[in-house]
Amino acid sequence: MSEPSETLLFDESVPGGGMWSFVLRRHLTLRITAEADGANVGLMAYNADAPLDRLNLPDTLKAQYTAKLTRGHVLMSDMGHALLSITADTIGWHDPLGGHGNAALALSKYGEAAYQTHRNDWHRNAHDNFLIELGKHGLGKRDLVANANLFSRVDVDGNGVMSFHPHNARADDSIDLRAEMNVLIVLNTCPHPLDPSPTYSPKPIKLSVLKAPPPGPDDYCRNFRSENQRCFTLTERLFVGL
Amino acid sequence: MSTLVYTESTFDPALACYDHIVPAGDGWMQEIRKGQTFRIVDLEGNQAVDTLFYNAHDMSDRYSAQDTIRQQRSLYLTTGTKLMSSEGNVLLTITADTCGRHDTIGGACAAESNQVRYAIEKRPMHSCRDTFMKIITEWGKGVTKCDITHNINFFMNVPVTPTGGLSFEDGVSAGGRYVEMRAEMDVICLISNCPQLNNPCNAYNPTPVRLLIWD
Repeated sequence: MSEPSETLLFDESVPGGGMWSFVLRRHLTLRITAEADGANVGLMAYNADAPLDRLNLPDTLKAQYTAKLTRGHVLMSDMGHALLSITADTIGWHDPLGGHGNAALALSKYGEAAYQTHRNDWHRNAHDNFLIELGKHGLGKRDLVANANLFSRVDVDGNGVMSFHPHNARADDSIDLRAEMNVLIVLNTCPHPLDPSPTYSPKPIKLSVLKAPPPGPDDYCRNFRSENQRCFTLTERLFVGL
Repeated sequence: MSTLVYTESTFDPALACYDHIVPAGDGWMQEIRKGQTFRIVDLEGNQAVDTLFYNAHDMSDRYSAQDTIRQQRSLYLTTGTKLMSSEGNVLLTITADTCGRHDTIGGACAAESNQVRYAIEKRPMHSCRDTFMKIITEWGKGVTKCDITHNINFFMNVPVTPTGGLSFEDGVSAGGRYVEMRAEMDVICLISNCPQLNNPCNAYNPTPVRLLIWD
């Protein structure tokens, strides 16, 4: 799914149970690659220039009439702006519903593994990891938003019953996220909270920051729906005159 | 659509300690104390009631839509649903429901999201987020926009299909139907009685709701 004109600027690995935050400049692409089967990436996003403008998954889903995320979809903010466009996806389904686990869930599922006894193989959890990375940018508990779980899938049946879909992501699956403004990305690689595995074995990922052409008038994500076109229009107004 | 289960309450409105009407397009914010029972009545039918809850003693501990649906493995809220907080606490439990299904993934309408969803020119139309902003400004106490998180839409029907589609359906509610919940801790409730005119969530006709509290 690579664009011929893209250039790799740098890449970085994040181990399972790890975390990362970064301001992805406008029109750069973050490619996230699973380095093992069953990877999960909890992701939140904020307008780096005005963080009260932030990812709103309910707005994202209802504007695009979807309960899953894949190529063509745009992660939208609560202010009607495009944060990240999904420009490539080898899977076809990323979870916007399941949220993230906390220390109590990790303890009940996986048992105790403190830093003192396990050093950097200790059990980490998504809630704490999100707060650690948010804190580095002056954000905290009141800034937690509904997160996406890239690489994971949660099925919903006709009665609304939710169940974890196993084997959604394989090693080398990847998703490309293009920044439509300067975006603060906060992510972690803790297990999906509905992953039934009784063993704590979070999977590593690779992050690649790429330079690619900015979205033109014929861009796939811009034209995926008329809602997306209007979202792009409102976002581009943030940069007029520059 | 799946079968809906209805559960009636035994509480008598005549004995409520609080009884209040919220007009269409208006808002409401008040503390509900642990052990009290809170009822929202859809007086005329098909009225979305956008609702948020907070731990009254720590506003950073607030209703979490994702934690609520994941903990019960159920996308829809009804009798028995525990309304979970971002810190893993049970804020309230739904104890009666004559509507049968309520949404919590559709979020609230806003001037800005109306521009995206319908037309750039829709910005002047009244919206839930504007109601929330007005009410929290009057409430004060340091509550700001970052506290307006992902809400419950009582009486709203937003089915998800097995292939991951999302739709906004005509309401499953009707005049006089209600949802009732017991506060499991001291909570603050914030409501916008939805003014949306661009989709069928209010049957294109926003109407008043009644709020009741029993000790």
